[in-house]
Amino acid sequence: MLKILKYGFFDLMRSRWSYIYFLFYLSLGFILLFLNQDVSKAVITLLNIVLVLTPLIGTLFGVMYYYNSREFTALLLAQPIKRSNIFLGQYFGISLSLSLSLVLGLGIPFLAYGLFQSTEIFNFFTLLLIGAMLTFIFVALAYNLALIFDDKIKGFGLAILTWLFFAVIYDGIFLIFMLVFDDYPLDKFALGATIFNPIDLSRILIILKLDISALLGYTGAVFQSFFGTSLGMFFSITLLSFWIVFPVLFIIYKSKRKDF
Amino acid sequence: MIVIKDLHKKFGKVTVLNGINLVFEDKGIHTILGPNGSGKTTLIKSILGMVIPNHGSIEFNGKQILGEWKYRNEISYLPQIAHFPQNLKVKELFKMINDLRPGSKNESELVSTFQLEPYLNKKLSHLSGGTAQKVNIVITFMFDSPLIVLDEPTVGLDPVALIRLKKMIQREKEKGKTILITTHIMSLVEEISDEIVFLLDGKIYFKGTIEGLKTQTEQNNLENAIANILEESYA
Repeated sequence: MLKILKYGFFDLMRSRWSYIYFLFYLSLGFILLFLNQDVSKAVITLLNIVLVLTPLIGTLFGVMYYYNSREFTALLLAQPIKRSNIFLGQYFGISLSLSLSLVLGLGIPFLAYGLFQSTEIFNFFTLLLIGAMLTFIFVALAYNLALIFDDKIKGFGLAILTWLFFAVIYDGIFLIFMLVFDDYPLDKFALGATIFNPIDLSRILIILKLDISALLGYTGAVFQSFFGTSLGMFFSITLLSFWIVFPVLFIIYKSKRKDF
Repeated sequence: MIVIKDLHKKFGKVTVLNGINLVFEDKGIHTILGPNGSGKTTLIKSILGMVIPNHGSIEFNGKQILGEWKYRNEISYLPQIAHFPQNLKVKELFKMINDLRPGSKNESELVSTFQLEPYLNKKLSHLSGGTAQKVNIVITFMFDSPLIVLDEPTVGLDPVALIRLKKMIQREKEKGKTILITTHIMSLVEEISDEIVFLLDGKIYFKGTIEGLKTQTEQNNLENAIANILEESYA
């Protein structure tokens, strides 16, 4: 599996899209810190960008990589390599290279602006961790969709729709629900609904960590009062890991049954 | 070597293999024939584990192949259409295959046999169909496996390359290997095959020698014999 991972990783690392992604974060980090010397405020601004952008990029790369490497996959399938290793290797290759672009792209400017002297260092690392986890989650979701649908257009469309659903539509539906059922106690429901959206979970996790109650929002407030800060963080990290584990298990399941 | 029992495969509503029972025991060249869409490639891909059958079993050297992968160490496979990662150079592809499957032997000899030296530094996406097929052949024959599976090996080859390929197949046969070939070129079939298997509508229509097929269809020429079967099946 490591050999496949290596090829997937370097294949992406060599492509110019990885550079563009890396350079984007690099310049974003420098510009934010240049405009605003306060590291903690920069972290909050970054939070909103990372929460939307890493899932989107993860989705796009996950789908694109699968469809573009179909030839390579077909070649590998005839070799004495375990099937699940081929697909897991590719999956981890993409996820790791995207996470690396994120961590390096944001890490370099923050280090240059004296992150280690700042008290925000742990908040910043939480942000990077969340970004990496979201990358792993959305690459896995997109990769699954690509595995299921042989038709490129269908796979691509559904993957984008998945991202749109979690990033935008989910919150919309949630808010409408809150308005309509205003008269009922919705705390437990709100809590449950959060679990099913990795982007919401990440937002709550980082805001709990940053301790800015103004940004918590309804679900965040419920979350905090229900779990408290440290238990809430532990709980949301665990749930985010589930969001990685289950799609990855499904990749293994699906890859064992697919015809090529 | 290979024992196939009651193999069924459907793609959606289309039945491709419909109860194949087949044994490849002997060394030598076995040719799989059949019209387009008769299930030749699906059969081969099932043997390689790339297509998962709906029903039935395949044994390779006495072991079930379902979910297994180590047995592919003993198979060299030439796919019908050369699928390569497009952004790699020919040289890099060879290196990569070597890395993923150690134990290749005569890569440089094969490269010179097919005169691929000038292409080693070219990208795979820039190769012509015939050259890509040559690269495909080099990758297949660079491993010394007891079973060689060739799916339409002659597509796009020029006459010189074709003659060299035939020689290579004969040489591998003399080493005592089992070779499975699918092709539509009847002269090639007559020249090299020890046994032919004729697939029709996902079933085995005939298995035996070329002479046997000629007698059964009362034709004195293989091409006519095959055409005879096909016309009967269309009628």
